[in-house]
Amino acid sequence: MSAVLNIEDGSVAQPAATPARRPETRTMSMIQALNSALDVMLERDPNVLIFGEDVGYFGGVFRCTEGLQQKYGADRVFDTPIAEGGIVATAIGMGVNGLRPVVEIQFADYIYPAFDQIASELSRLRYRSAGQFWSPVTIRTPCGGGIRGGQTHSQTPEALFAHVSGLKTVMPSNPYDAKGLLISAIEDDDPVVFFEPKRLYNGPFDGDPEQPVRSWDQHHKGQVPQGHYRVPLGQAATVRAGNDVSVLAYGTMVHVALAAAQQAGVDAEVIDVRTLMPLDVDTICNSVCRTGRCVIVHEATRHCGYGAELSAQVQERCFWNLEAPIERVTGWDTPYPHAQEWAYFPGQARVAQALRRALEG
Amino acid sequence: MSAKLHIPTAPCRPGDEPDFSAITLPAAGELARPDEMVAADTTRELSFSMIRVLDEQHQAVGPWSPALTPAALRDGLRHILLTRLYDDRMLRMQRQGKMSFYLKCTGEEAVSVAQCMALEDGDMLFPTYRQQALLVTRGYPLMDMMCQCLSNAGDRLQGRQMPVMYSSDVHKFFSISGNLGTQFSQAVGWAMAAEYRKTGDIAAAWVGEGTSAEADFHYALTFSAVYRAPVILNVVNNQWAISTSQNIAGGEQNPFAARAIGYGIPGLRVDGNDFLAVFAATRWAANRARAGGGPTLIELYTYRAAAHSTSDDPARYRPSDEWERWPLGDPITRLKQHLIARGEWSEAQHEQLQAELAETVQHAWQKAISLGTLNEGPRPPDAAMFEHVYKDLPPHLLEQRRQLEAMT
Ligand SMILES: Cc1ncc(C[n+]2csc(CCOP(=O)(O)OP(=O)(O)O)c2C)c(N)n1
Repeated sequence: MSAVLNIEDGSVAQPAATPARRPETRTMSMIQALNSALDVMLERDPNVLIFGEDVGYFGGVFRCTEGLQQKYGADRVFDTPIAEGGIVATAIGMGVNGLRPVVEIQFADYIYPAFDQIASELSRLRYRSAGQFWSPVTIRTPCGGGIRGGQTHSQTPEALFAHVSGLKTVMPSNPYDAKGLLISAIEDDDPVVFFEPKRLYNGPFDGDPEQPVRSWDQHHKGQVPQGHYRVPLGQAATVRAGNDVSVLAYGTMVHVALAAAQQAGVDAEVIDVRTLMPLDVDTICNSVCRTGRCVIVHEATRHCGYGAELSAQVQERCFWNLEAPIERVTGWDTPYPHAQEWAYFPGQARVAQALRRALEG
Repeated sequence: MSAKLHIPTAPCRPGDEPDFSAITLPAAGELARPDEMVAADTTRELSFSMIRVLDEQHQAVGPWSPALTPAALRDGLRHILLTRLYDDRMLRMQRQGKMSFYLKCTGEEAVSVAQCMALEDGDMLFPTYRQQALLVTRGYPLMDMMCQCLSNAGDRLQGRQMPVMYSSDVHKFFSISGNLGTQFSQAVGWAMAAEYRKTGDIAAAWVGEGTSAEADFHYALTFSAVYRAPVILNVVNNQWAISTSQNIAGGEQNPFAARAIGYGIPGLRVDGNDFLAVFAATRWAANRARAGGGPTLIELYTYRAAAHSTSDDPARYRPSDEWERWPLGDPITRLKQHLIARGEWSEAQHEQLQAELAETVQHAWQKAISLGTLNEGPRPPDAAMFEHVYKDLPPHLLEQRRQLEAMT
């Protein structure tokens, strides 16, 4: 089941699993929503510990952990040495000893020193010990470009993690989902890599860098309950219902896709994938089988990107309903450049072009 | 003057006369035993020299001599002997094709046995593949170890792991990874959690000297020093990392134990074939950790007497008789002689024990083999491979399991 947003009148139909808006809802940016999720979990579960580079005293370079050390103490929210492998390894050991660590890798671009601990250890510990040992670590990490970060502050390496069996991989596109998904991730007994599109931290971004920055105040998904709620892992959200073509996107690209559909005047059904593993194949394939056309959008490079997996899944299940080749709109197969950032970023124009191609096919 | 790139060499290679002249050994009992809570930088001599207890006359001498009863020493000897016999048997069975791989710890058994005996049952062990004696010491059934190596129907790990990659949550023996060094830094996290939860338990982790070059070694020392984690970090320096001498790992001039001091951690370098010295050093580190003093780095100086594993032939990279010339001897002989010198053991008793343990191994083997081998008889069902990837079986794995089952 997925949440359906009617973009025309802004109303949202929430699935039964998600509680309806409650009075204690307030406007939050994605940063505030993530902070609220961490706050809620620190409050509820004494086994939740938060650590990473600059997350303690300072509250994180993106301020996601602001105020948490003051509130819960330095033994629950603390700074670490600059050693991503060490951060994840330490979290693994803590998880084995009964804790529920939530660690921050300051930028997804710097997650690679921890890749061995994530891909060889964290993901396989339950398997290799036949269930004797496991570690419910959540790894939060900001990802994505559009902030003039060049090749070292812009990557979205989700495909590398979605490829690893034993991991769950999540990428929210708005504050409401970010909080609910992060709570689900922390409560989950499997390890979760949680990507936070940093271009969305302070407001929705439709891919047009010339537009003035918008905040989450005006967006209905900026209304976030203050207490505990979950957005379940493994459920996509249909953020715009439509009939002509299904657009599969996640993170920043959800907003770009919505804007591109409007620009192209196409009645697109836009699906926010939200969790890459486990993947909600049913929501995706039911939509594509109905529209007969599919455009996949992500910011990361194309070759072996997560879009390749989505494309294969759609092809396997919707082949006889497809009216046109599946389109992929992605970052080019180059490192993320600095000066050419907007030529690299798969913006509205490229998505709109792909939508038109899909409709012509 | 032209500088030349320095590439360390092994002390000797096949055809060379074994040469251990570079090793300087202090006499047993020579080093002082400081209070457990001393400042790390005062352990310089302990990390550059070597803690030794057993002297040439097989007597326990000096301040490091631990208060171990003869019964405890006999227990230690039993565990070491059992491990050696177990290893011998398993190697032969691997040669007969009963399993895909095997790996012995011959010559360095005292490390795991004495260290394990110096710890409490609640303390968590983060071993490498060469610490099988920890399991033996903690009383893990030999048959279970064998079944793991055989990947048979009795394998508690359901055939997931290569032989010797044991795991036992009950015995607080952490699942062995094939990726070298990763457990070293994980142990620090475990110890931090023990401190946070105030359980009073400590952690102990092992790496080989070759693996000390991995980043995880540095992570472990840094994080344990910074957070003063109650953990004992052990480097088993058995001279060889497959074909590569310890000189390449970084030990040509500086002992591995000495690295600790720069991190603010005490370093102890120990005669790893001296059961009493290993016990004493480990107990010192455990006392320090339990009293809030944080981590200790221990280098256990020993020699890998057998091949690295069944996948290599050491005659191709080192003199075959190096082990016989190893100046620190055989841990079994040394412990046996000590007990005899104390009037607590005899050659006859030793032979009797050996025969009894050989019987134990034989008996366990018969039971294990009745549950199959990798290639014959019962083994874990193929469909079991889909379990434990996640806590619950997700739809895509359910579907893949269905596909596999449809094939058979
Ligand atoms: C990360 C990693 N790199 C390489 C290997 C292959 N390998 C297995 S054992 C070994 C040598 C290890 O030597 P040492 O750490 O001294 O331990 P020892 O085998 O002597 O006990 C190597 C290179 C591995 N398993 N993992």
